[in-house]
Amino acid sequence: MISYIAKRLAIAVPTLLLLIIVSFLLMHAAPGGPFTQERALPPQVLANLEAKYGLDQPLWKQMANYVWGIVAHFDFGPSFIYKDRTVNEIIAQGFPVTLTYGSLSFLLAVLVGVSLGVAAAIRHNSWLDYLAVGISIGAQVLPNFVMAPILVLVFTLWLRWLPGGGWEGGQWQYIVMPVIALSTSFMASIARITRSSMLEVLNSNHIRTARAKGLPERKVILRHALKPAMLPVISYLGPAFVTMITGSVVVDIYFSTGGIGKAFVDSALNRDYAVMMGVTILVGALTILFNLVVDILYAWIDPKIRY
Amino acid sequence: MLNKLLLTTALTVGLALPSVAANVQPGETLAENQDYTYWLLDAIKSMDPQINTDVEGSGVLRALFEGLYNEDQVGGLVPGVATGYELSDDKTTYTFHLRDNAKWSNGDPVTAGDFVYAWKRLADPATASEYAWYMELMQVVNAAEIIAGEKPVDELGVTAIDDHTLEVKITAPLPYFPKMLTHASTFPVNQKVIEQFGDKWTEPGNLAGNGAYVLKEHILGEKVVMEPNPEYWDNENTILQKVTALTINDENAALTRYLAGELDRTQVPAGQYPRLKAEYPDEAISVPQSCSYIYMFNLDKDKGPEALKDVRVRKALSYAIDRDIIVNNILQGGQAPSYNWTHAATEGFEMPEIDYASWTQADRTAKAKELLAEAGYGPDKPLDLTLNYNTSEAHKKIAIAVQQFWKGVGVNLTLNNMEWKVHTDKMQNQDFEIARYAWCGDYNEASTYLDLFTSYSGHNNGKFFSEDFDKLMKDSKTAENPAPLYKEAEQILAAEMPFAPIYQYTKVEMIKPDIKGAGLTNLMQNWYLKDMYRVAN
Amino acid sequence: MVVDTIKMKSLSDRLAAEEVAGRSLWADARHRFLRNKAAVAGLFILILIGLFALFGNYIAAWSNEELDFTVMGQVAELGGPSFENGHYFGTDDLGRDLFARTVQGTRISLMVGIVGSLIAVIVGTLYGATAGYVGGRTDNIMMRTVDILMSIPYMFVLILLLVMFGRSIAMLFIGIGLISWLDMSRIVRGQTLSLKHKEFIEAAQATGVPSFTIIRRHIVPNLLGVVAVYATLLVPLMILTESFISFLGLGVQEPLTSWGALISEGAGTINYGTLWQLAFPLFFFIITLFAFFFVGDGLRDALDPKDR
Repeated sequence: MISYIAKRLAIAVPTLLLLIIVSFLLMHAAPGGPFTQERALPPQVLANLEAKYGLDQPLWKQMANYVWGIVAHFDFGPSFIYKDRTVNEIIAQGFPVTLTYGSLSFLLAVLVGVSLGVAAAIRHNSWLDYLAVGISIGAQVLPNFVMAPILVLVFTLWLRWLPGGGWEGGQWQYIVMPVIALSTSFMASIARITRSSMLEVLNSNHIRTARAKGLPERKVILRHALKPAMLPVISYLGPAFVTMITGSVVVDIYFSTGGIGKAFVDSALNRDYAVMMGVTILVGALTILFNLVVDILYAWIDPKIRY
Repeated sequence: MLNKLLLTTALTVGLALPSVAANVQPGETLAENQDYTYWLLDAIKSMDPQINTDVEGSGVLRALFEGLYNEDQVGGLVPGVATGYELSDDKTTYTFHLRDNAKWSNGDPVTAGDFVYAWKRLADPATASEYAWYMELMQVVNAAEIIAGEKPVDELGVTAIDDHTLEVKITAPLPYFPKMLTHASTFPVNQKVIEQFGDKWTEPGNLAGNGAYVLKEHILGEKVVMEPNPEYWDNENTILQKVTALTINDENAALTRYLAGELDRTQVPAGQYPRLKAEYPDEAISVPQSCSYIYMFNLDKDKGPEALKDVRVRKALSYAIDRDIIVNNILQGGQAPSYNWTHAATEGFEMPEIDYASWTQADRTAKAKELLAEAGYGPDKPLDLTLNYNTSEAHKKIAIAVQQFWKGVGVNLTLNNMEWKVHTDKMQNQDFEIARYAWCGDYNEASTYLDLFTSYSGHNNGKFFSEDFDKLMKDSKTAENPAPLYKEAEQILAAEMPFAPIYQYTKVEMIKPDIKGAGLTNLMQNWYLKDMYRVAN
Repeated sequence: MVVDTIKMKSLSDRLAAEEVAGRSLWADARHRFLRNKAAVAGLFILILIGLFALFGNYIAAWSNEELDFTVMGQVAELGGPSFENGHYFGTDDLGRDLFARTVQGTRISLMVGIVGSLIAVIVGTLYGATAGYVGGRTDNIMMRTVDILMSIPYMFVLILLLVMFGRSIAMLFIGIGLISWLDMSRIVRGQTLSLKHKEFIEAAQATGVPSFTIIRRHIVPNLLGVVAVYATLLVPLMILTESFISFLGLGVQEPLTSWGALISEGAGTINYGTLWQLAFPLFFFIITLFAFFFVGDGLRDALDPKDR
């Protein structure tokens, strides 16, 4: 197990390097730079700026300096657009926000999704089942950029229950709508996966045996069926994580939460090279880490898997 | 001293006015609640006056800092840190007198040395300011050479005669020089604080300003909170007690939040003004703003398309645009259809006679067809052109409409939407055929517009060159009354049509009716928080 | 939205487990598919949507780019759905006919969905089959590469690609297609690996059947089921991805449009009394996604009959 984890972590290094190289090259190949603006800068001013930020050096050297800065000092450099801030500061401010509403969404999605899925599987082909399936398919295809303005319309403008956006240090009123908008889609996915996997397990031999032994249904489900039925749900959590990061872009735009999703899109559009790289590396590293956690969890639940 | 000033130059007339802080009118009672929350489209990029580049940032900087002069509700100059100035006979040396009671928020006195430090800092290549060119535009002696790294920073033509006297030397007479001093990049900064905190000096707590407000909180991309500065020399006249600027990236979301009572001021999305005006007559406003919207033609010798080199084609394209539909049916915010370049409300600008402005659209379209036929384009030889525009709902709508107008005269227009950086990059490299462009005045005077089309301008992306035009603009700098020269310059533009004018801006906003002093009548739309207040209903 | 991996696994297990005599499997499957009401309804809807996309513009009274100047500027009052002025679905903010635009948006979205999923399926199948068939070290390296690529936040790279190369349909197809081939390649590799050692293949090899015939008669039919099901289920995912890209303003160029672009425009103005601008495109978007989903699911259940 430990050697497996070590191996996975060893792969993480070339993965991140590849990610850095690809995004670095793409970014620098894009037309325009961080200092391209409506009022073209006089050449000497531009030269001064490029000298200050090291953009006058050859590309490979810029990349080497950048990687070295991260490895040696954990320094992701200064923002080229938000000149009062470093990338470390921007991420330190935005990431906790994304992490807060992201993990709450995750939690909500798993709890509700699994319960809904299990309930539907137990009452297979009942009205509850059909309702659950209907809701979950519907929620999966409703884009969150439609969901968000509808929520704001209902809860902010009509009912006046919740503020229409902002973060204010993460007070609950400001978290509710982002979490709903972000979680519905994968809540639905989880419900659907749980349902079909639960059905599969309920039809398997070991459950038949358990039932034949006369165990009460409750016990059969909680003790014997739930654990194996969770396996596909767990392997879905990896891709779900990536979907969530993508969804955070929509949440940040509509609810002005100030998370890193918006920071990424802005930095790509503004050619804020350092912020863009910083967020990409962060998300890449998290994806790797998250996939690893998911694999370990999987192995822990499924005794058949040996590493 | 006032008399002396009046004798020296006519320009100082406006300065005789007392400094207006919040100017509560008789009959108005102040509201109990003096909090104010307004909308920002984007995060503030920097709180450093010499580093900031955008309009929204300037709004905050005008509250945190104070330059030599401020603007009043109609855009006239009022004393800021300066109380008055003298101008030498050759009109190239300004001597400013600074008030002796101005203080930084940390208690230090504001001195002439602070301005010298700030201005040198702006020009210094080591600062790498994106607004360094503003020093050059102000024609301060040696600014250009310093920016280019050819002369040391210390040779900038600005000197502190004593703590309260600042002398500025400029290379040539510049009638609107004082007007340029309200720009945020000329605001003083406190050397001691910058040296103490380095890059962190703009953080709340560190930042020392000399403006009416101090920075309480700055969460990037979420909000900026400001409160009155007790050290400010005119603090007793500051009324708003807590000012919050919220960043909301989506203007529709911002409007929803305004309607839910979370904001006191926000922008109205294109096309929503009539509905809001009907529903909230005291809140929806539309006031002129000094910006001009055009489609620029690429006349570059090598990169510009052949067809656009024919003035008949350029005229035809301009004539065929139905500007009334654009302003009345698309933008719907009281914008003015435009047939020239300079914003019509610009101070001292006289609108020249422009022939096609008075024609009916039917006449214009007929003339356009005629001109195109003359130039050799017609059903058997259609004209194919491409328009570049950057991502925005309003730009897109106008582009789509123009595509249809031009289709009507036999021009096939391909729309090429790109995001902002790409659009700008292509324009600056003459890598376009026709491009959307807009220019907002830096100061309230026609040269801020007209200089752009001189051959020596850095912003003349369409590469229109006319010796006559250049000469007029050069002469205007020293002319006693430049207005007739500007008129002639505009006529050259109408005859040569290096771009198709489309409309002139208005600021279309929702603002709570109890907010006063927001500078709505100032064409430059420069507002000062210290002038604003809430009245009781 | 996600492709249900457990059912995919079960399906591929079954299709690898036994000799698939091409004809009978598909004949059985068709029979079972036709008994699945949801799947048949889905197929029926897809056919209708397809007809709408192909021939809708013959019904439209307006083209997708004409501006109706009588409506323009008063869209909230005059631009609603109406048969009198020929705007069956109303108009957009500029007075363009929403019916014509929905027809045209349907074309783009379906195209992005289908081409994107084809790219994903072709790349994934070739890659996975090669890895599985060649095996050994090559397989190892190829699958490690997939592991590495799996950890790359693709949406970020896609945004960078669109920013860099500008917006074009081709870029959209490639970018979106390249997001999803990784899963496909894993499934196909597993499938190929287990097929390689199946008795019926080895028996065919032993009796001297040429490899080409083995591939054509035995491997392809066995892969085809998985690939077809996966492709069908990928289409809605691709359409969803495109809609997100359009939301960011990086989608197709005007005057072309897509469901995503129409929906995001409509959602932005949801509070301005022009609800039809959201409702019509969203309706088509949702029923199509539903339909693809039911058809894909039905196809899978038909190929892998179990009591569910």
